[in-house]
Amino acid sequence: MTAPVDDTNTLAVRWRRLRALMKKEWLQILRDPSALIVALVLPLFLLFVFGYGVSLDASSVRLGLAIESPTSETSWFQASLENTPFFRIKTARNRAALDDEMMTGHLDGIVVLAGDFSQKLARGETAPVQIITDGSDPNTAGLVSGYVQGAWQSWLAQRALSSGAVMALPIRIEAQVWFNPELKSRRFLVPGSIALIQMLIGTLLTALVVAREWERGTIESLLATPTGVAEFLISKLVPNFMLGMAAMAVSVTAAVFLFDIPLRGSLLALVALTAAFQACALSVGLLASTVSHSQFVATQIAMFASFLPGFFLSGFIFDLSGTPLAIRLLSYIIPARHYVQGLQTIFLAGDVPGLLLRCMAALMGLACVLLVVVVRNTRTRLD
Amino acid sequence: MIWRIWNLIIKELLAIWRDPKSRTVLIVPPMLQILLFAFAATQEVRNVPIAVFNEDSGKSAQQIILRLEGVDAFSHIRMLQNEGEIREVIDNQDALFVLRIGQDFSRRIERGESAPLQLLLDGRRSNAAQIAQGYVAAIIGRYNEELLTARRAPPSSSVITERTWFNPNREAQTSTVPSLMGMLTLSTALMVTALSIAREREIGTFEQLLVTPLRPIEIVIGKMAPGLIVGLVQGTLVAVVAVWLFGIRLQGSIALLYLGLVLFLLAAIGVGLFISSLVSTQQQAMLGGMTFMMPASILSGFASPVANMPEWLQVLNWINPLAHFLIIIKGVFLRDAPLPLIAQQLWPLLVIAVFTVTAAAWMFRRKIR
Repeated sequence: MTAPVDDTNTLAVRWRRLRALMKKEWLQILRDPSALIVALVLPLFLLFVFGYGVSLDASSVRLGLAIESPTSETSWFQASLENTPFFRIKTARNRAALDDEMMTGHLDGIVVLAGDFSQKLARGETAPVQIITDGSDPNTAGLVSGYVQGAWQSWLAQRALSSGAVMALPIRIEAQVWFNPELKSRRFLVPGSIALIQMLIGTLLTALVVAREWERGTIESLLATPTGVAEFLISKLVPNFMLGMAAMAVSVTAAVFLFDIPLRGSLLALVALTAAFQACALSVGLLASTVSHSQFVATQIAMFASFLPGFFLSGFIFDLSGTPLAIRLLSYIIPARHYVQGLQTIFLAGDVPGLLLRCMAALMGLACVLLVVVVRNTRTRLD
Repeated sequence: MIWRIWNLIIKELLAIWRDPKSRTVLIVPPMLQILLFAFAATQEVRNVPIAVFNEDSGKSAQQIILRLEGVDAFSHIRMLQNEGEIREVIDNQDALFVLRIGQDFSRRIERGESAPLQLLLDGRRSNAAQIAQGYVAAIIGRYNEELLTARRAPPSSSVITERTWFNPNREAQTSTVPSLMGMLTLSTALMVTALSIAREREIGTFEQLLVTPLRPIEIVIGKMAPGLIVGLVQGTLVAVVAVWLFGIRLQGSIALLYLGLVLFLLAAIGVGLFISSLVSTQQQAMLGGMTFMMPASILSGFASPVANMPEWLQVLNWINPLAHFLIIIKGVFLRDAPLPLIAQQLWPLLVIAVFTVTAAAWMFRRKIR
């Protein structure tokens, strides 16, 4: 065969072409400040919002205390509530005076000591303590009622002690919380929000790049070159991958130094997991922009395919265990779910090989599937 | 004048509907969000696997395990064989907690001594862990009562009676689905407004609009109306879904609900107008809109209570229309709060609306000159 040598496809030529394409991509990123803003400023801004704004710890509970007939017994009880650090107590002579503030949500709960509270105690009868919580926020309602019961128990114990009776409960629970003994929700919310931020910027970065070429018409000149699908995609992925990793470095630094989150695992695990996750996030973005060809729609798709599922289905703030089976199954194909679990473990627990390998395998599997879909949907023709 | 405005409104609505982009923005997010809010936005603990390391062969230990099995929230109890497994199941998140029952547990109870139970919880899910701990504490509490009665101890001197207002069963959906009314309409009202002006500027028809006999105030009204109409339709849709599909009772008055919704939408539209007065393309309008909406929704109190935030953020939340509206919506929907109480949240919305619309109008006038 004496076919002419196809000099557009030798490895060396391909490599040179790829380098040129990547250089072009880098120049585009550096000259358009919006990409750099998305990669470096947005993560900090969002981490700031999440880190300070999202907390599940009812650290300051506004509690109404209705004492219908104040005596020394009731002030004893009041003192044990006041000794609980997270209560801010507002007292009143009857419950009705506190109702309005409960209505507006200015109180998280009310404790009522009925008029005969002290008499019943004196007569040795059982004196009830009523707790009213605000069910419009079920999580806080649960915490508030738990805190009040804690205060109530220490009041009971003190009372028993002073009257000489030994109040030893047959069984005592000795609870130990691993990885997060202070029970600060920020400890697990910040790693979770890093995952969410990574997802958002990873998809946003790539959602724009292919769509931009279509929108500005530069795709025509690119398609006129001998560039293949693989080169085209790699040239788009690699620079944005590096941007994404830079964003990660910024986020982790902020988490450790600004929010005091311990980083107990190794950097190697962190980088490996992030790389696998980046591959997923960037592929989702690429897919969005190959499907739509319009920057606007691409960003929309990226938002709804990444941010919303990332927020709701990753277990970052809403515990997945409480959702119906269908949602729990669906969550397995959400990359953010595996990344959130992995990040929380790396930050708080350290390198747990079993769990991290599981997350890693899931992320790599998802990345492969996504990349195949992207390649099959990338068109190198104008029609 | 009414006729002119009417025509402008019709034109705006057609522009939104005929543009496939804005049509998707109107249809896809609401459906997705209704599903997510209804089923995924919960901090309840259910179906969690737990583990027990039991070194005791006595009766009391068996009793406790039996009772744990009866808790619906725990899907599966794994019995550990040796101490090393404790670390393993917690590390790998195969169990939310491990309950460790020591060797002489039952014997101590029989002797009438106090017996400790060790509960080791996974702090990576500290919120879920606290709730689960509550369940265990309830079981142990009841068991303690029984043991004390058997020992003929005097009755307890006090009991707790508990009531939950506004949502007696503390169901997650009852609290999240009405909030969706605010989350959803914020994004549509704001985006529809911001994008419609940005689009006109991008394709150059904004100047054409300015040379028509329409007066500036009429143009502003015409640009605000579509957001309001779309927002009202979506808001109504969510309310209907909440009441009919999820069986959440509307406790307060419909009039108050709509008064709140209209003021909230005006504030959201005002923000949209203001953003569009700063930008020149749809892309920028969208990024601007997101930059406002993301913190606004995260800090609104929907995901976690505003009261848990630092003081300065709570103050900053004053300019967040969603934070006000979520209080209104919960007040009207769940608590049947009367107008004077709701008004505390209504007037900030009005201030935000007036301020943003005025600022936007001023920016436009300055740019045109």
